[in-house]
Parts: sequence; structure tokens; C-alpha cells
Amino acid sequence: MSSFDPIQISASEIASAVNEGSLKAADVASSFLQRTEDLHRDLNTHVFWDKEAVFNETEKQLDYIEAARRAQKHLPLAGVPVAIKDNIMAEGAIVSCGSKFLQNHRAAYDATVIRQLKQAGAILLGRTNMDEFGMGSSNENSAFGPVRNPWNRGHVSGGSSGGSAAAVAAGMSALALGSDTGGSVRQPASFCGVLGLKPTYGAVSRYGLVAYASSFDQVGPIARNARDLARTFDLLRQHDPLDATSVDTSPFEKTEAGLERPLKGLTIGIAEELLAEGLEEDVRKSFYESLEHYKALGCIIKNVSLPNLRHSIPAYYILATAEASSNLARFDGIRFGVRAPKPGISLKELYGQSRSEGFGREVKQRIMLGTYVLSSGYYDAYYARANRVRELIRRDFEAVFASGVDMIATPTAPTTAFALGQKTQDSLAMYLMDIYTIAANLSGIPALSQPIDLDRKGLPIGLQLMGKAHHEGELLRSAYQYERYKRWSERPKF
Amino acid sequence: MSDTSVGQSDQNSKGPLAKYEPVIGLEIHCQLSTASKLFCACKTDFGALPNQHTCPLCLGLPGVLPVINKTAVDYAIRMALAVGATIRERSVFSRKQYFYPDLPKGFQLTQYDLPYCEHGHLTLDNGRRINIERIHMEEDAGKNIHGDNASYVDLNRAGTPLLEIVSAPEMHSAEEAVDYLRKIHAIVRYLGISDGNMDEGSFRCDVNISLRPRGATKLGTRTEIKNVNSFRNVEKAIAYEIMRQADVLDSGDSIRQATLLFDAASGRTAQMRSKEDAPDYRYFPEPDLGPLYISSDRIKAMAALIPELPEAKKKRFQDDFNIPESDAAQLTEQVELAAFFESVVAKVDGKVAPKIVANWINTEYMREFNNRQSKWAKPILSSDALGELLRYLGEGMISGKIAKTVFEEMLENGQSAKAIIDAKGLVQISDTSEINSVVTDIIAQFPDQVAQHRAGKPKVFSFLVGQVLKVSQGKFNPALVNSSLKDALDGDARNS
Repeated sequence: MSSFDPIQISASEIASAVNEGSLKAADVASSFLQRTEDLHRDLNTHVFWDKEAVFNETEKQLDYIEAARRAQKHLPLAGVPVAIKDNIMAEGAIVSCGSKFLQNHRAAYDATVIRQLKQAGAILLGRTNMDEFGMGSSNENSAFGPVRNPWNRGHVSGGSSGGSAAAVAAGMSALALGSDTGGSVRQPASFCGVLGLKPTYGAVSRYGLVAYASSFDQVGPIARNARDLARTFDLLRQHDPLDATSVDTSPFEKTEAGLERPLKGLTIGIAEELLAEGLEEDVRKSFYESLEHYKALGCIIKNVSLPNLRHSIPAYYILATAEASSNLARFDGIRFGVRAPKPGISLKELYGQSRSEGFGREVKQRIMLGTYVLSSGYYDAYYARANRVRELIRRDFEAVFASGVDMIATPTAPTTAFALGQKTQDSLAMYLMDIYTIAANLSGIPALSQPIDLDRKGLPIGLQLMGKAHHEGELLRSAYQYERYKRWSERPKF
Repeated sequence: MSDTSVGQSDQNSKGPLAKYEPVIGLEIHCQLSTASKLFCACKTDFGALPNQHTCPLCLGLPGVLPVINKTAVDYAIRMALAVGATIRERSVFSRKQYFYPDLPKGFQLTQYDLPYCEHGHLTLDNGRRINIERIHMEEDAGKNIHGDNASYVDLNRAGTPLLEIVSAPEMHSAEEAVDYLRKIHAIVRYLGISDGNMDEGSFRCDVNISLRPRGATKLGTRTEIKNVNSFRNVEKAIAYEIMRQADVLDSGDSIRQATLLFDAASGRTAQMRSKEDAPDYRYFPEPDLGPLYISSDRIKAMAALIPELPEAKKKRFQDDFNIPESDAAQLTEQVELAAFFESVVAKVDGKVAPKIVANWINTEYMREFNNRQSKWAKPILSSDALGELLRYLGEGMISGKIAKTVFEEMLENGQSAKAIIDAKGLVQISDTSEINSVVTDIIAQFPDQVAQHRAGKPKVFSFLVGQVLKVSQGKFNPALVNSSLKDALDGDARNS
């Protein structure tokens, strides 16, 4: 294989070709580097993009891949370019989290997921734009400007991992890492027509992921096909002694190995009560059609009830902002990041001015909300109560899964990618974009988004599958068999 | 619990204590002597260059996650067991949130509403039982250093493991509070879980104190004196605060709840912040750690590692060595001292009564030990050297007076007892004919005193013994002098 189409080639094809020696990792890297160089300005997918610097960074990894090839050691992601969301630590890189506060912050260490990717032979190709600290659903909350949707530049990419989803959709890399706190991998994947997985809480290490809401955050892969997604997840799923919430993953089968197993007999639950207001007609139609395809693949569709899920959004915005207000306290201007430069100010002023200047509007709003709900006198009414709601939502899922349901299907988002600026003045409308995705983070279960169709405007529609804890295998093999059955290979035009 | 009795020495005191009963509780902060910090692998050594013992975690860099130090938990379990406390199977670390430059994450991890340990107790020397409400684990903050028109932050100490040991407000005098503090201090040292070094801040306490009219049961408004770092300062701070509060109450005013600082130089407390300024710490469970589970197997394993504790050792010393409680209490206050005593007792091999060994160590030895600011790692005199000296005393080779001289020589020039005794000819004289001849001389020299003795004045005999010993420069065996003099005086009486 000497030439290839970056937007069509899969990560597994690249890895096989590089491992065999029919493709040079260096050529792959150059090709994707050039494509990113050509497209990133238009789409604003990357932050601090510096082609030369990234190219130089790849050298050591190219040597490692070459040495493995000579030793006939097959690396699962040999030579595969991966874009990294800008809230994941990679030693030496500027890790800004989409924030002005950290625009000069260089990472002092590698996140565990970065170490895993390097070990697997991946080539890190750039840092992707995101909503500031992961707070947003459209990527319009980035201090470095919004990401534009590769399918239509006038529309948003979704968020907060908008840069990662758009980069994969546009063929600037074969894979990307995002992070998902309330839908931040799945919703942009849906808007950009790619696949995204939010793993079970604890399945993938959070060490080196800049925390937004610790009890919700998971790093998740973004890919253009289910096999690539499964392979990446398989190598990320590993117990990490550096993360106390990481679970023992040794009992779990590699998901890639189970992709071919038939879907016959798998039961998919749908909750009609979730499919009422705000759901776009095209999305609804495609959603039901996709269920018909799953039926054709042997799945059983069953109506289920998840009565407490209607409280997901308020519960999430209390708990996640509470954690965020605390997680972001370290951005105080003392040790790193923005410091208000005025001389002769008091310590209190130093904190106030640094944080006022460093943080954007949405981040400030969430810090204030989170500070409020944890305040003495309000804790029980908000934080404690929202935690009880979280427990009820968990039980809703448990009950449904205990009744013989294997997966629950919803649209990933109620709409397709909306126009830039359309919702920036209305926080609530923006928060409603996560109505289907938040429940998986509240309950810790895995969820996947896969593209199923285009709407009448030519924008991708995503289907979300949620599964039992640590049953990512079922979600991935469903998506895999669906995409082979449907032969859906739409790509944005350039 | 009996909460109405008062501290031993206060009942007769005049002044405020006649009118008011102090109610005192202590929150002790004790640094655990683990090799690494509570949530990262950095060292905990004192005295390193600023920020030498730091890593992304204890610097609070973005993206890091805490992982609990198992040894710190093991130490904490031992402490709980040593004070007969209950250990929770599931406890929770919370984030205590406030902004300060020495607090890199913007929150301190501490156990808040679900501490690992509750309901312990210990007994004071006066027999009163003091309840320990709770013990919890937490991380220490760093240190701000101010100077040359700038401020600096040293995060070496940030993240070192602490136990906070919270007593019930059940002490009623400075003496009781200090006794309680000493007992906790002894326990952590016995357990080997803390160096208890108060100068370096690894053992310090906050004192809560209120007054109420004697006979009242309702607690008065309390003040909290922060970070008092020596036994003496605890005593002084409490004494001062009792006086201050009594003055306020006597003038018809009421006490305002406040946090105070104690200034050791002036001996006064001063307000740090009032109740109104008390920060809202916005505690919530640390999501990055999850609950801490302590299994009964783990507790059993730790129980097997608990050494003999001060109370038990004191009783054993009283029983096995037949020494008074006060001696035993003194000897067991420091674990090294107790071990030193036992080692000397073994060395003298029964030649000297343990009571005498105890006296020697508690007075002569410890006086010099403290004067010379000695450390147990390298004491002024080894237990072997002291044992040898005391054995010669027991065997009658030297007298008690000579032994003290030899002891001083040993400290000065580091020679063995034997070498000094030989070189200076200090061996005790037990030759009865030599003794008898001096006794005869003395009787002849002091006819008046001899007459007084015969008239029944008891003190004169000692005077005569002293005169005989003086002539011998202390070398005569005092017991033999005694019997010789007695024989001579009684014999003369019979002859006349």
C-alpha cells in the first residue's frame, strides 16, 4: 500500500500495513500532518498547531515503531495518527484545556492514556480544540474560538470534544481521544458523523485527564468505524494504580475479539417517555429506522421505562458543577497559569483578578453554581438531594437491565448540529443538548454513539446505545455489525 | 462518664477557679512517620530544601489523582486500637475547601462526617477517664514564608499524613490537659507511628476552652487556641485563657466564640478570627478516592503489632520490679527510657534492687540527660556502662556517694566505671580492723556526742557515722561503719 485516502483508511488498516512493512509509519505521519496543516485553520480543530514541532515530536515514536516491526512485534496501533483532546496531559505539550488560563501551561508528565497509546505504536498528531475545561455542548466555549462542523462550516461541531470529533470526521487523524463528562464524546461524534465511546466509569484511567467533574469524567475514543473504536478501547481499558477509581479490568474479554459474534437474541430497550419534546422529526425518523435494522440483525426491541431520567439534567448540573467548582480551585494564579500582573494587590485580589481574567463566562457560571450548591445551608437541598436522584437513576437502569434488556437505545442528541451562535445566549437550550447522554455519566454505565443517517440538511444523525457496566463489548459489536449491514460510509466533502 | 469532678490541684486554688469550672478539649495533630506522603510517593523528611519533596500531585498540578498510602492507614488503625476506639469499616475523605497559597489544590483532604475512628478513651493519672470522640486522617498543608518584600511557598510538607485526635470537652484544668497530651504523645511514640517531635511541628494541638459557673452543667461559649506546640505552652495558654475569660465574665460581658493564637513570648492569646469570619469550607466527599474500607482482618493484623503500651508497662514495672507508681510512671513516659531501665536492670543482674536503679535513672541519669540535651539514639551513657557502675555499688565495691563521683567522671571523660575506680583508688574499704580503729578515734574525739547518744538522742548516731566516713573520704563501707560504731558504743556502755 503506497497511497491511501486519509479520510477513508481505518486505523486497523494502517496498523496492519505498517506492521507488515507495506506502509511506512513516517509516510502515514507526513500525510496526516499535511492534511491537518491544510484543514485545521478552516475548521479550527486544533490548538497551538505547529506542524514542525509535531513532526519533530514523532521521531522517537517512529523509531520505536520501526524497532517493533523489525522484532516482528505487532503493535495494535502501529503508525496510527491520533489527535488528543487538549485536556489530556502529554509531557512537554501545552495543555490549555481550551482556556486562556492555561494557554502557557506545559504538561509536566504523561497521562496514563498517552502512555498506553505510545506503547501501542500510535503517533500523537496534535492537540484538539474543546470547550473550556470540557464545559459546553457546541465548542463555542473555547477561548480559542469554535470548531466548525466538517459537514457544514456554519454549524457547530458539538462539544466539548468538538475538535477531536471534527478532526476524525475530516480525516486529519484516524482516531482521537476525547473526554466525556455528560456526553462530550458522544454528542460531538454524533454531530460530526463518527463513532464515540464513553466507557464504564473506572474502565479507563483518568490519571492525567484534567478533571472537570471527577465522578463523571471518562476518557473515550473517537473513530470512523467500530473496529477501530473497539481496538482503541481495548488498549485503554486497563487497571491503573495511579487512579483510585480505576477498576480491575483483567476479567474482561477484548472487545475486538467479539465483534463478529451474532446479535441474535440481544434485547434493545427503548423508553418512549424520553422521546417526547424537543426531538427533531428527522432524528426521530432515523432513530426508529435504525431500530428496524437492528431487528433485521436479530435484536429484540422492547419498551422500557426509566422514570427518573427526566431529572438527569438538573441532577447533573448540581453534581458536576459542585465537583467542578472544587476541581478548578487549583487555578488560583499562584503556581501556574494566568496571574493578575498588577503590583501591590492583596492575596484576595490576586485570586479574584487571576480567575476573572483567566476563565471564560460559562466556566465562571458553573463555578458559581457549584460553589452555591455546596454552601453551608444549601448542601442538603441541592448536593445531597441530587445525589439521591443520581442513585434513583442508577436503580432505573439496574431494574431495566435486570429485566432481560441488554442495551438501551436513544438518539444521541435531540437535534443534529445546530448553527453557530444559535444557542449561545440560552444556557438551558444548550444544556438540553445533553438530555440523552447525561444519564450514562450519572450512572457510570458505558454508552456509544454511532452515525446512522443524514438529515434533510445533510448533517449526521447519531444513535446512542447504553449498556450494562463493563459490557462495552455488546455496544461495540452491535455498532460493528450495524455498519457492515447498512454499509454507511458517508464522509464530509472537501 | 463523670464530668462534674474537677482536676486534682484546682479545688483548693483561689481566683477564678473557685468560681468557674474550666471545660477543656484538645484536638491533637500528629504527623505520621511514614516514609512517603498520604496521597503520593514524595518523601516526608524534615529539613530538605524548599519544594524538594514535591511531585505533580502535591504541587496540585492539573490532572493528578490521589492514591492513599496504605502504611498511613495501618498506623492510623494502630492508634485507634491503642485507645480502645471503634474503627469504621467504611470511612470517607472529604474536600475541605479554601484558598491559601500553601494549599495547592484549593482543598485539603480530610475525613469529615465519616471518620475512620470514634469512641476511644484514656485514663489520666488522677484516675479520670477522658473520652476521645474521634480520630481522623488528613493531609497537612505546605508553608508560606514571608520575607524581603515577597512571599514564598514551600510545599515539602503539603500532603504529609496527619492524625487528628479529638478529645471530648472533659478536662477541667491545665494539668489534666497536659497529662492527656503527654499520654497521647507517649502512645504515638510507643506505637512508633510518629516521632512526636514538637519542635518540628509533627505533634501540636488546638485547645478548646470554656468556663462555666461551678455547679452548672451547661457548657459556656468556647474559644479555640490554634497550633500550640509544647506541653509548657499548652499549660501557659490554658492558664492565660482561663484568666482572660474569667475577667470577661466577671465584668458582666459574655465570651465571643473565636479562634485565637497563643504568643509564647508574651504568654497571651490574641484573636485570629471571630466566629462571623469563620470560612464556609463547603465539605463534600472526595470523588477521586472513593470510600476507605478497613477489613476486620486488617485490624487483626494491626492488633498483633501493638506493643506493650505505657499503662500496661507501668503496671508491670510496679509488679515485677516492686517500684512505686510514681517511679514507674516516670520511667514509662518515654518508650526509650523504659527500655533503658529494663536494660540496666538486666545488666546489674540482681546485685542492686530495681528500686535503686529506678532512683538512679530518674534522678542522676535523667538530670544529666536533660542538662546535656541528650538523644536516645546516642545517650550520655549506655545502659551497659550505667549497669556496670550500679553493679559495683550493689556488690559493695563502692559506696553510693562514690558511685555519684564515678558517674560524673564517666560523663566527663568517657572512661568505664572500673577504670575510674581503679585509677583513683575509690574501692570501698570493708576491712573491719581499719574501720574499728577510726571508730575508736572518733568516739574519743567526740565525748559529748557519745554522751548525748547514750542519753537517747537518736540523731547523734548519724553525726558520728558521718565523722567516720569523712575520715575515710567516703571509702568505708557505710554498713560496716554503722555496725562497728554501734558495737563500739554499745560495748562501751556495757563496759562502763
